Amino acid sequence: MAGGIKKFVVGCFDDEAVLFPAVKKVRRAGYKIHDVYTPFPVHGLDHAMGLRETSLHTAGFIYGITGTTTALTCMSWIFTKDWPLNIGGKPHFALPAWIPITFELTVLFAAVGMVLTFCYLCQLSPFVKKHHFHLRATDDLFVMVIECTDKTNDAEVQAFLQDAGAKEINIQHAETGWWLGRYDREQKLYRDTELGY
Amino acid sequence: MSQSFELPGSYKKWTMGLIGVGVIALLYGFIVYHPFTHAGHGGENASSTRFWAVLLQNCVFWLLVVNASMFFIGVTTLAMGGWQVALRRVPEAISSVVPVLGAIAFLILMSIVWGGRDDIYHWVNKEVVANDKILLGKSGFLNPVFFSIFSAITIFLWWILGKKMRSLSLESDNAGHMDYEEGDRWIKKNIIYASLFIVVFGLTVGSTIPWLWLMSIDAHWYSTMYSWYTFASSFVSGMSLIALFIVFLKNRGQLEYVTEEHIHDIGKFMFAFSVFWTYLWFSQYMLIWYANMPEETGYFKIRVFGPYRGIFFLNLILNFVCPLLILMKKASKRNYTLLTFMAVLIIFGHWIDFWQMVMPGTMKDKAELLPFEFGIAALFIGIIMWRAGAFLSKHSLTPKNHPFLKESMIHHT
Repeated sequence: MAGGIKKFVVGCFDDEAVLFPAVKKVRRAGYKIHDVYTPFPVHGLDHAMGLRETSLHTAGFIYGITGTTTALTCMSWIFTKDWPLNIGGKPHFALPAWIPITFELTVLFAAVGMVLTFCYLCQLSPFVKKHHFHLRATDDLFVMVIECTDKTNDAEVQAFLQDAGAKEINIQHAETGWWLGRYDREQKLYRDTELGY
Repeated sequence: MSQSFELPGSYKKWTMGLIGVGVIALLYGFIVYHPFTHAGHGGENASSTRFWAVLLQNCVFWLLVVNASMFFIGVTTLAMGGWQVALRRVPEAISSVVPVLGAIAFLILMSIVWGGRDDIYHWVNKEVVANDKILLGKSGFLNPVFFSIFSAITIFLWWILGKKMRSLSLESDNAGHMDYEEGDRWIKKNIIYASLFIVVFGLTVGSTIPWLWLMSIDAHWYSTMYSWYTFASSFVSGMSLIALFIVFLKNRGQLEYVTEEHIHDIGKFMFAFSVFWTYLWFSQYMLIWYANMPEETGYFKIRVFGPYRGIFFLNLILNFVCPLLILMKKASKRNYTLLTFMAVLIIFGHWIDFWQMVMPGTMKDKAELLPFEFGIAALFIGIIMWRAGAFLSKHSLTPKNHPFLKESMIHHT
């Protein structure tokens, strides 16, 4: 296990309107937010947390053009070199007829590739047990997880979260990484300077 | 709240300049191309055909483009889309050009049909139709009387329903703040007229009007994709025109609630409908290529293997490859310079597309793409700028009492 066991302070909020200022306060105070788990996608939370733009779509574009190239090279090799067939008197290099398949393969490569990349980035995989910081994060609680370093005073963090409006606070120890390594969320981001945090 | 906005002098100069260039081109055409002489069946007087073909291409293209703005308003109204409220006055302004361009287009179409221009629409010639089995079969639909009445009704309905949508929006400016009940009633009234407009739009732009105005140039040929293809062309150009006006107003410090999130969504429309246009372009082309039936391939033979080959593939690069690669990134949809460049490119590309829809059937292999063609386009652009500019400087640029304005202000993609 690459990441090892780490200590986390977990604060649970029951309201989006409290969560947002709390995220900002925690970041301004210099604590390292491991992640915020929400029951539904919260608009603007990624900006508030200072997450950088995902590079998933760049990966998707690369998978897509890989699919395009695969389809076109395969078909042109098969139909002109390997096994030329006379299909309805059309030329062997029948580009218009290949476009639908090229399109399908582009979509297939992009879609499957992006799903797998997404799973990798989120460290999801069959047979990998993920630590749940709070089960109600999938139901009605907004769970903010702060990572403790050697210098973090966890009592202070708990008091800080209490002030910020957390309903429930506890300390947990959890694995953070797995065999493929960890996708590190950068904490210093371009939005910081923009918003003046 | 932004009050009405004074058009800068440069805008007025450009408007006058473009109209001036257009009028000169039109006069030049009148004098040099002898538009009222008969073309002759051997094509010996092609310049007279050219005059009418260019006018037909431009009046239909620009009319459909400005009308696409009202389609955009209608669709977002029916979808209860709140995001577009902050920029809604821009499509309203553009759609206010519909009556003027509609009248011009009607005049041109009537001159062609009743002037017996069988070099443009060969079904207007009774002798030709009587000896032509295919045209005879279509003559219930393709005849001057039906053409005129249907065109008149269509343009009238676009005008009257669009006017109603605009006046509902403008009335709300003076009505003061609406409470929940009033807002609900007002939105429902909008929905009624928007649905009427969309139904009319679907039955005209989505089907019959491109058949009558453009596809009947090649009356022997038909394609079921044609109307959607025309619609996609005009809608993506319409969105580009909206983008151009928004960028212009934003650069003048207007439209305070329009943020890059709205611009991003307009950019998405330009991107998505470029791809949609390509989908229809390809579907139409591939089915005909695959079936390879002589009566269908004639349409593409002159375009792919004739003198139009260059334009035909340029069309695909301008309207598919460029938007696909350039507008794909989020950052480029939010970049004013790049979006302006793409909007101009897309409008130009689809103008060229309409050019290659009209010319092969009318001019055969004698078509030209010279200053006369661009001059006539300048005339129509000038008219659009003149009427849309008049609307923008007369009314508040933000529908300040629209119930969804808040939703638009906090819009976030």
